[in-house]
Amino acid sequence: MAKQIDRRALLKTAGATAALAGFGLSAPAVHSANEKIVRYLGTATTMGSEIDKKLFEDTGITVKYIPVTTDEVTKRVLTQPNSFDIVDTEYFSLPKLVPSGNILGMDSKRIKEFDNISTTHTLGQIGGKTIGDQGTAPKKVFYLKDEKSSEFSSEPTRWATLIPTVFNADTLGIRPDLIKRPISTWAELLNPEFKGKASILNIPSIGIMDAAMVVESMGEYQYPDKGNMTRDEIDLTIKILIEAKKAGQFRALWSDFNESVNLMASGEVVIQSMWSPAITAVRTQGIPCVYQPLKEGYRAWAVGFALSAATKGYQADVCYEFINWYLSGFVGGYLNRQGYYSAVPSTAKQYMEDYEWDYWMLGKAAAKDIKAPDGKKLASVGEVRDGGSFVERMGGVACWNATMDENRYMVRKWNEFVAA
Amino acid sequence: MFDVKKHSATILSLPFAVVIFTFFIVPLCLVVMVSFWDYNSYSIIPDFIFTNYQDIFYGCVKSLPDLCTSFATYFSSLKFVFITWLITLLTGFLVALFLSFCVSSLQMQIVLFLLCTIPFWTSNVIRMISWIPLLGRNGLVNSTMQNIGLTDAPAEWLLYSEFSVILAFVHLYTLFMVVPIFNSMMRIDRSLIEAAHDAGASSFQTLTNIIIPLSRPGIIIGSIFVITIVMGDFITIGVMGGQQIPSVGKIINVEMTYLQFPAAAANAVILIITTLMIIFAMTKLVDIRKEL
Repeated sequence: MAKQIDRRALLKTAGATAALAGFGLSAPAVHSANEKIVRYLGTATTMGSEIDKKLFEDTGITVKYIPVTTDEVTKRVLTQPNSFDIVDTEYFSLPKLVPSGNILGMDSKRIKEFDNISTTHTLGQIGGKTIGDQGTAPKKVFYLKDEKSSEFSSEPTRWATLIPTVFNADTLGIRPDLIKRPISTWAELLNPEFKGKASILNIPSIGIMDAAMVVESMGEYQYPDKGNMTRDEIDLTIKILIEAKKAGQFRALWSDFNESVNLMASGEVVIQSMWSPAITAVRTQGIPCVYQPLKEGYRAWAVGFALSAATKGYQADVCYEFINWYLSGFVGGYLNRQGYYSAVPSTAKQYMEDYEWDYWMLGKAAAKDIKAPDGKKLASVGEVRDGGSFVERMGGVACWNATMDENRYMVRKWNEFVAA
Repeated sequence: MFDVKKHSATILSLPFAVVIFTFFIVPLCLVVMVSFWDYNSYSIIPDFIFTNYQDIFYGCVKSLPDLCTSFATYFSSLKFVFITWLITLLTGFLVALFLSFCVSSLQMQIVLFLLCTIPFWTSNVIRMISWIPLLGRNGLVNSTMQNIGLTDAPAEWLLYSEFSVILAFVHLYTLFMVVPIFNSMMRIDRSLIEAAHDAGASSFQTLTNIIIPLSRPGIIIGSIFVITIVMGDFITIGVMGGQQIPSVGKIINVEMTYLQFPAAAANAVILIITTLMIIFAMTKLVDIRKEL
């Protein structure tokens, strides 16, 4: 008897749980043929409801998101090319994506602002000065030989691999209130002074670059190309990381943007690899956090749009319309005010107040309080952006996110670091 | 003519067999097959090579007595399995014992049992993450200990350590022990206990001679639950260990995101074999089919 009642009670609970679980699911929306919809694959960190709203007002296009992590984007393009119309991906993924034939070359003649794209991408220069190009710098993989070619072209052609949208220069984030002294070099990440209070990101392809910056600045080794290490160089880099880990240098490793915010905001960590919007997120909580410029320079990244090889005809037209709108300024201004850089600075300027442009792009002291796009205060009058102007920050780039030839070996060694 | 009655057992088991075949046997065979394939950074190439397995045990013999990555990872996983199993078994057994023998009314038993399941109404990730603000350097536990003068400096080992991983495992999986043990205990004939008492057995003797042997099936089933879950876990170890503690699941996860499916498949095969070996050893101790 006891068992029967028990079972019924259990069933009841199970039913309730199942009902709760099912609650989250909703029926897929059905669309008519002529509605303008773009299926967007990407991390979607450079999108937002305000952008969606404005996009619909201006063009009537609705975006259907397929939000995944950076690495998942690559996986999805390679394994399910029919599941999206447009992909938002990093330049460093291109050596994997292009040979697959799952993305097509982008027709530069259909992009209105193509000639105004930042020279950091097209020429690898800023203000006439050549910037660091170690790693998968955009200029190395900017053009394809033909629309359907799987080879990169070193000469400009009509066909671009990606239409660039956003980019930035990354560095270490610090808690100045807890460190209480100036930080000026990457080597500080492994300084025993911060034992148990440092963190590095656990995404092998990016973490190894940060580690390489540290190794160089410690004076251990000068890499011919940090973005394309030999096996010996990988061994050396991982060995130094393992030694630091065994000595208890790292409080934690992080792989998700929000983890880095929590580590920093809670004071578990005072110095770590960090991304620009994470700094913004810590600061809007009222906690001091600096995106510290370092003398060895920055690790840069850039993202852009490409169409799936399966996107054709009317659907492709809608996608090009979407990209042209994206570069027309509203989004650029929005992203610049978050601390990113728009790939077409000239249009972004039209959507920013002069004092905002001066603060974010020219590195001048804030004439008014600087606010994030959501209205939260980021900086007070008189404060200057960490790292200064666009030219100073991007001019200080030392390397770009990369896919190495020895990627397979590198991932295996990185696992060794995590296991050490 | 087809005799439905004669074949009723076959027909009845057919739907389940189809499900098992399509969603378990076929994928498993695919995993084994792919583990012998080659790959580059953007595609997997049909082949029959042992490189993926060699990579797993790369340097394992050479580096002895130091542990190579795989051995260190499995060693760490096995350690977690053992400690978690021990603690959940002890706690789970005591809770089940209390529920089935110390609580006399059936209503009360059901109420208390449901109370045990309440934490399961929230996602296990949330239950896990909620420990972080409690155990952190400036967390509740540390600030309380400092305020009442127990310690001067915050205890760092509370979070992102093996301690926090085991704490989370025990918190998350004790119920998987409680349920099957409770079920076994409820089926123990109460007159046996009475007889033992009448024959002059002490409570402890009753426990070791009657209750423990008769709840063995529950103990084994609960153990299998806990062991398989902990062996394959990488989220709890990642979140609570600050991603600094290795787990086989995490290695597979990293390989998957870098499209190294054959390497991930090879690792999965090794993991399955290891786990099966443990389960096999456990089933030697009890015939589950008979006991259910």
